[in-house]
Amino acid sequence: MRTSSRDFTLRRARTLDGALAVLRDDPGTVPLAGCTDVYVALQFGQRPGSRYLDLTPLKALRRITERDGNLVIGALATYTDLQRSRLVRSRLPMLVEASRLVGGMQIQNRGTVGGNLANGSPAGDTLPVFAAAEAQVVLQSTQGERRVPFTSFYTGYRASVRRPDELITAVEVPAVDARQWFRKVGTRAAQAISKVVFAGVRASTPRLALGSVGPTVVRLSRTERVLGSGGSLETAIDELKLEISPIDDLRSTADYRREVAANLVREFWARTA
Amino acid sequence: MRTRFTLNGEPRELETHPMRRLLDVLREDCGLTGTKEGCGEGECGACTVLVDGEPVVSCLVPVAQAEGCELLTIEGLGGDHPLQRSMMTEVGAQCGICTPGVVLAAKALVDAPRKPTLARVREALAGNLCRCTGYEAIHRAVLAAHAERHAK
Repeated sequence: MRTSSRDFTLRRARTLDGALAVLRDDPGTVPLAGCTDVYVALQFGQRPGSRYLDLTPLKALRRITERDGNLVIGALATYTDLQRSRLVRSRLPMLVEASRLVGGMQIQNRGTVGGNLANGSPAGDTLPVFAAAEAQVVLQSTQGERRVPFTSFYTGYRASVRRPDELITAVEVPAVDARQWFRKVGTRAAQAISKVVFAGVRASTPRLALGSVGPTVVRLSRTERVLGSGGSLETAIDELKLEISPIDDLRSTADYRREVAANLVREFWARTA
Repeated sequence: MRTRFTLNGEPRELETHPMRRLLDVLREDCGLTGTKEGCGEGECGACTVLVDGEPVVSCLVPVAQAEGCELLTIEGLGGDHPLQRSMMTEVGAQCGICTPGVVLAAKALVDAPRKPTLARVREALAGNLCRCTGYEAIHRAVLAAHAERHAK
């Protein structure tokens, strides 16, 4: 890679308490797991940090369980783990669909849910799913544990409420009792970063989320209100186009993204009717 | 940092920086140059190796994460896996840079008893880019290898 590894240090976490102590004592430490973002950044000559903490020995954080009615996905669960999990398949099929489309199988075998959240790309494939499912992010530090609603987790482009001494340890997803739908639009079926990514839940007030149409993943609360109060689909689409703020970049144009976002909401509405 | 793993069935132990890419350690320290570097950013799959049986791109794996793992590179297949033969008979390789990665990514499909559909083959190889063949010959090779491997 372009950056010499000699410029960096890597410690391997042995226990969760040990990892949290490292982050408390040296909050500049960058946690890593699947490395599918960190190592790409290093290859491009960027330096996400100079001191790294490898979380992969913390096997307990890879578990996917059910607790108090919630689906609890450990931060180290990989996209392959999500696809194989019976719990995820039965409770959150839109997350299985999202996981199938993250890169190729080599990336799915390494990339983790916690990494997708921590990286915080507006194009993160699982993020609209967690937004539409009203998930909570579990953060731990030596001070204790706190839960943040996913929809308040991001504060701006790649910025979140996570303090540097905190570790994302899990995502908790309450039961979703309505039809779910996910669709990613990219340049090809696999291994492409999305131009627009959508997840929706057809509850009595529907919950819709889009990625790659603003600085962070967004819940379409104004569009949801129109649909939930019996407004027409086209009125909702007009609202949607005002509600999102896509940009022109190397992957797509704002106009294209706005049109695709509208088409995705139309398709969601037809398929979950 | 001292790192231990099993490489193509043989125990190995080496002293190296924990953040070096597994790709570089395999090629430079272990002398196994069958694993190729294509893009170096996880997009092309040329550097695919198996870690505990699962395909990964070795350009995105710090060697420290190979600690205690079973690694398989193309050299470990010894040249006589049915997929290696069918890649030749079906002309699934031209320049050859993507070939070791393709073989390792598709190996699990060939070895599993269940006959894969073409769609499944395409999905399994979605992370392996080939600029020469147009993929059709590679897909034929995978299906032919499966048929040979499981011939009654």
